[in-house]
Amino acid sequence: MTVADTDLREPPRASGDDGGTGHLEELRADPIGLMERVRAECGDVGVFRLADRDVVLLTGPEANEVFFRAPEEDLDQAEAYPFMTPIFGEGVVFDASPEERRKALHNQALRDKFMRGHAETIATEVEEMVAQWGETGTIDLLDWFAELTIYTSSACLIGRKFRESLDRRFAELYHDLEQGTDAVAFVDPYAPIESFRRRDAARAGLVELVQEIMNGRREAAVPGDTGGDRDLLDVLMSIEDAGVPRFSADEVTGMFISMMFAGHHTTSGTAAWTLIELLRHPDWLEQVVNELDALAQDDADGQDVSYQALREIPHLEAAIKEALRLHPPLILLLRVAKTDLEIAGHHIEAGKLVGASPAVSNRLPEAFPDPDAFDAARYLEPREEDVANPWTWIPFGAGRHRCVGAAFAMMQLKAIFAVLLRGWEFDGAQPLDSYRNDHSKMVVQLAQPCDVRYRRRVPA
Amino acid sequence: MTAWRVVVDRDRCQGHGVCESEAPDVFSVSKQAVLTVLDEHPPDTLRAQVDLAVKYCPTHALTVVEDHDPEEE
Repeated sequence: MTVADTDLREPPRASGDDGGTGHLEELRADPIGLMERVRAECGDVGVFRLADRDVVLLTGPEANEVFFRAPEEDLDQAEAYPFMTPIFGEGVVFDASPEERRKALHNQALRDKFMRGHAETIATEVEEMVAQWGETGTIDLLDWFAELTIYTSSACLIGRKFRESLDRRFAELYHDLEQGTDAVAFVDPYAPIESFRRRDAARAGLVELVQEIMNGRREAAVPGDTGGDRDLLDVLMSIEDAGVPRFSADEVTGMFISMMFAGHHTTSGTAAWTLIELLRHPDWLEQVVNELDALAQDDADGQDVSYQALREIPHLEAAIKEALRLHPPLILLLRVAKTDLEIAGHHIEAGKLVGASPAVSNRLPEAFPDPDAFDAARYLEPREEDVANPWTWIPFGAGRHRCVGAAFAMMQLKAIFAVLLRGWEFDGAQPLDSYRNDHSKMVVQLAQPCDVRYRRRVPA
Repeated sequence: MTAWRVVVDRDRCQGHGVCESEAPDVFSVSKQAVLTVLDEHPPDTLRAQVDLAVKYCPTHALTVVEDHDPEEE
């Protein structure tokens, strides 16, 4: 698709450019509305503007396939997310090449053979959190799932020992980091705004917590002890250059933040939306609960969530997939054009940002009949609309940059709901149509209030 | 007879290793998470395993292509 053809059209531009920073304010207020309008006005290839940068937005199966199949030399991800640099820290890249991602897949134990161990860890984390519940009560979905997924992702990706040294403070600081993703970063990632100040204070606070943990381990260390419960932090602390530790607490924190980032707000938000959609669709919820009860009965000891989470749970999986389609945690995926490109008959100049939108593509009526409706049956055989639309069912992206944690995420969500729905019943603590996302930051989060009530389930 | 073979979409494979778990005689995934197809024309006895590998591939990178033998037509 790299060309020097002169016959190509320039992509059309969307209306609504405010003459100042272009569409930046609209992106901060109503990003999905903006992107839907780009498609409505311009078709598969359309442009909106963020200050001095154009974003070429691609939608529809053909343009999406080009986007997702493009090699790094054409569309590069590393520089496309300026709002992440202050969060991870200088020197920690947001995204690696596909080859490095392959190694990460291996090193970070996301491979298939580690899934059962992770499922056990996740089930334990959920059980520990619900052990603090009374017979009935109310939880805030944002806070509750955000805290849970801090524990699960730290335990699975860094190690159980590190997770044991964390408490709510880590989750709260992490939340401030995620809130520090205002699109103003496309103009200046260090602009003097409140959310960026909180972001920087949160990062410093996380470094302090990690420093304390590292100090504690150094003080407790037995010389020569290479005990069996070493986690990733022990490994990083043991690497030295000429007798001096190679990684500072700042660098270690940056690595941990980046490892946990992709799987945190995404899983947390999807868990919340899956529960909300199940409450909105009690018929489907009943089928899911029946399915989980039947699995438990099949199972010899009846309680092995880790085993069940790896098996097919079609109605639960379908509900999760439909929550992902309707409420994708990432609404705009970005790359930078490294060279002049041709996409769908349009010329795309080197240096432009190029985007694909799960929020728009996941609701294309050509691919998904009745696209705004929750219809989990669309994933059951023979429809299987996710498999049938590989370039438009894109909550995890697609192609070479597809989320490497997708299988882990699905397993994690199944483990979470296997524990929650077996032991508890839920209902809305507010009108069911009042739950919504906050789109004011690039990291989409549930808007508060987002409360649900729980009640211990009485066995039938 | 009808022959069949395994095709990998390399733009989609990420080396998760599910295929290796399902059909170890047909797929091998290295430590660097690179997939090697050990046998592109596996015997029919392995077809059930390969079908599971195709079904559970987390990136839908695998397909089985049926090659029609023209002599039979």
